[in-house]
Amino acid sequence: MDRAYILIMAFLSVVIVNNFVFTKFLGTCPYLGVSGRLDTAFGMGLAVTFVTALSGILTWLVDAYVLVPLHLTITRYICYIIIIAGAVQLVEMYVKKFFPPLYKSFGIFLPLISTNCVILGICLFINIWGTNNLLEVAVLSTGAGIGFTVAICIMAAIRENMTMIDVPESLKGAPITLITAGLLTLAFMGFTGMIR
Amino acid sequence: MADGNAVKIDYFGSLTAGLWRENPTFRLLIGMCPPLAVTTAVKPALTMGLSVIFVLVCSNIVISLMRNLLKPHLRIIMFCLSIATFVTICDLYLRAFAPRMSEILGAYVPLIIVNCIIIFRAEACASKSNVWVSALDGIGSGTGFTIALCILAGIREILASGKIWDYQVMPHGFVPWAAMQMPVGAFVLLGLLLGLAAIITAKKD
Repeated sequence: MDRAYILIMAFLSVVIVNNFVFTKFLGTCPYLGVSGRLDTAFGMGLAVTFVTALSGILTWLVDAYVLVPLHLTITRYICYIIIIAGAVQLVEMYVKKFFPPLYKSFGIFLPLISTNCVILGICLFINIWGTNNLLEVAVLSTGAGIGFTVAICIMAAIRENMTMIDVPESLKGAPITLITAGLLTLAFMGFTGMIR
Repeated sequence: MADGNAVKIDYFGSLTAGLWRENPTFRLLIGMCPPLAVTTAVKPALTMGLSVIFVLVCSNIVISLMRNLLKPHLRIIMFCLSIATFVTICDLYLRAFAPRMSEILGAYVPLIIVNCIIIFRAEACASKSNVWVSALDGIGSGTGFTIALCILAGIREILASGKIWDYQVMPHGFVPWAAMQMPVGAFVLLGLLLGLAAIITAKKD
């Protein structure tokens, strides 16, 4: 019971309170680039969630059972990036085979998931937080992906409605998106202090 | 333009392109994490900028040297590997010689690996041109990025604390804007600066 409580709290913490986009600024590039339409944003979010969960668990396992016992922690970043790139390749092939329209609408952003900061970010933060339990790692890395999905979907929904608004010429596109994101972080700040 | 000058102009152009015409932050909108995350003060921003210049120049040189050996499907992973190597060097250096700065920057130093600027420059420039052009391009883009970081950090630091680089610049009765230190300040300020950049571009054309 106690353990379940800790896991639920960790999940809520990483999805809402410590949302990676809003408090750590990770994954801002796809956040600005792919948030134009809700369905694309949702697809992107799901792909990122899958890759974060997979690579979070794999990097933790490699770190705990290969790098630390063999004193190879100096090659940590290189190992992480290889694992992430492999996971992304897997997702890319899967989406290309089974969801061709989704693949087309992602365009360049699908291979760029491997350079999405959320993914390397969660692997590094799991390492920094010193999480030492596979279940917790799984919950945290899935939560980070879901947090990204939540953030990008909120933004896409707002941007779909923003087409009707009279935005000043110079602020059209990315600038107004950033300002909206700023206001969203303000809203999400209401959650700080609730957990941890 | 005369043919004889073409090579010279090419070199100069690749050095200055990153400063404004292809400024990563203000014009290309790539690598947006560090401008938002490390710009609460000028010092960490400058450290970040210098680290990015170092990694960018080194990885551009290496990628440019091996550009004829690259296979298309292994391209990105080779980029990432060479970048990760230099980031590791940079991270270890910071940990040894600037431990406090390394603590402040935290995970954002290793996150340089996935900074889109570096991959983008590798893809757009280093994998196509010779070593000198790639190195100059790295210096130019890195400097443009550092300048953008410092502008953002300067404004945020002044408004959030009234100080810049530990010097008091605001008058005594100045009330610090706490919001500038928080994520909201970063997002809104960067949005406004991008709007300003758009106005300047429109005027220039």
